[in-house]
Amino acid sequence: MSTASVPVEAPVAAAPAALVRRRPPPKVRRRRLLTAVADHSILIVLAIMFIAPFVFMVLTALMTSDQALSAKLWPDPFHWSNIRDVFDRAPLWRYTLNSMLYAVLSTLGVLVSSIPVAYALSRLRWKGRDAVFLLVLATMMLPAQVTAVPLYVMWSKLHLVGGLAPLIVPNWFGDAFSIFLLRQFFLTIPEEYSDAARVDGCGELRILLTVVLRLAKPAIAAVALFAFLYAWNDFFGPLLYTSENQDHWTLSLGLSQFRTQYQVQWNLTMMATILFIAPVIALFFAAQKAFVEGVTLTGVKG
Amino acid sequence: MSPWIVGFTVFFGYPLVASVYLSFTHYDLLSRPRWIGTANYSFMLHTDPQIWNAVKNTLWLMAFAVPLQVLFAFGVAAMIVRAKAGVGFFRTVFYLPTLAPPVAATLGFTYILNPATGPVNTILGWFGITGPLWFESPSWSKPSLVLLGLWGIGNAMIIFLAALLDVPRQLYESAELDGAGSFARLRWVTLPSVSPVILFAVVIGVIEALQYFTQAYVASGIVGGGAGNAADPANRLGYPEGSTMFYPLLLYQQGFRFFNMGYASAMAIVLLIVAFAVTLVIIRNSRRWVHYQAGTR
Repeated sequence: MSTASVPVEAPVAAAPAALVRRRPPPKVRRRRLLTAVADHSILIVLAIMFIAPFVFMVLTALMTSDQALSAKLWPDPFHWSNIRDVFDRAPLWRYTLNSMLYAVLSTLGVLVSSIPVAYALSRLRWKGRDAVFLLVLATMMLPAQVTAVPLYVMWSKLHLVGGLAPLIVPNWFGDAFSIFLLRQFFLTIPEEYSDAARVDGCGELRILLTVVLRLAKPAIAAVALFAFLYAWNDFFGPLLYTSENQDHWTLSLGLSQFRTQYQVQWNLTMMATILFIAPVIALFFAAQKAFVEGVTLTGVKG
Repeated sequence: MSPWIVGFTVFFGYPLVASVYLSFTHYDLLSRPRWIGTANYSFMLHTDPQIWNAVKNTLWLMAFAVPLQVLFAFGVAAMIVRAKAGVGFFRTVFYLPTLAPPVAATLGFTYILNPATGPVNTILGWFGITGPLWFESPSWSKPSLVLLGLWGIGNAMIIFLAALLDVPRQLYESAELDGAGSFARLRWVTLPSVSPVILFAVVIGVIEALQYFTQAYVASGIVGGGAGNAADPANRLGYPEGSTMFYPLLLYQQGFRFFNMGYASAMAIVLLIVAFAVTLVIIRNSRRWVHYQAGTR
């Protein structure tokens, strides 16, 4: 179970000290050098190709609209006023506010509702626990489109279609993926800690709040990140439930209609796109460790 | 526990049962559902002019896009592991695109790959190559989406990276002592060790392919905009010539544009069964090639 704690930064473990290795013959060494050079060249070329789309987006975002429609790749002159213009042309602030509202309230809901369930599924023993866990897994695998129709009907009968409620409310009732991820992490926390707390007379709630939550901080950070990003990036949900009321459009939805709705040129479209991506990238650099650990946790232990 | 039970019932159990029921009805949201037996299913099988195209497109994704993405993610991870310098840098670079929200990434690619003035075709032009029409061409629209998908392999790459670093070093050393070349080491040491992760990546990939929606919706909406279609982006679903009409898009169109809720439910049930069956088949077959390390739970 120690898999997730292996630092990804250390790529090649040093050979055990006891095993003193002879220097390989020159021929082998030369071949190794060549493969290393080849590996790095391929990686560098690929890296440039991965970065290029971002670079082109930024460059285009700073062009005049005529230039964005030409074959020239470098802005001449740099048209910085696009940053201001894009906010004049479309209600970007409103979209951002809606995206924030959706993402923050969903994240809170996911945390509040999923942590206790994950706790019950990992640290408490009760009949039917494994069956419930299977159900959670099943929900995780279920394509969103399968339940979309009846849920839409339900929300429309409640007259809530056209707002953000259908997107936020379900998150306050437990999110399968988060429950799964938290459970996997809770299982790695030694039972002795909880037992010690129990001996000291702690109730389950206090054990959860004081002992487990403190030890599970990385997993909780990862879950919060994923929940936030899911909502921030979500397109199908807002498309279904807020299409008819532009006041509640999120950035995803607003941007997808951006170019056609406002007859906006490529340069402004790219500016808006960059402004949409930037917060996520910033979040990534602020919380890189939680990201990598979270992603690793889902895969290695899945 | 109890909020989850409520949530499970309201947002999962009830809709699932209701979907099954609605799939046997004609329902337009305005009047009450009318029981029509299996008419929706037989319409799907025999009459619907769009469904086979949508099924074919989705199968195309599963057959080409998913294996390509898994292979590519694995290849990149393997190269990063072998690289001695700049591991952290490369990991970050290959992960970053995954962070771009799908709508943003798709917008970016429709610009970068736009045939007339997009940077990619411009650069190809420097080398005397006439670039394809990308999203505008029925035969290139899906490969364009695959490129977009390859740009976003970050999550799979990170998982492979962690798994590859986890392969016990001694296994390679003893294989080398036995005279195993690099291919033999890959085949007999690396692949068996990371096979559970490959399985995970394939299953996730297939499930995502079955639900593929956002990128195709946005790309066809943006690119189809100039083709003299109506202002409503939903009318451009599948542009060009239905080549990006995937199963979930058709479901969306039937249910939430034409308000054929009964028919959309029938499509949803078929999707559910297929998703379940495909996952089961993959996991069943995996016993033959997935190797679980002894002692791992």
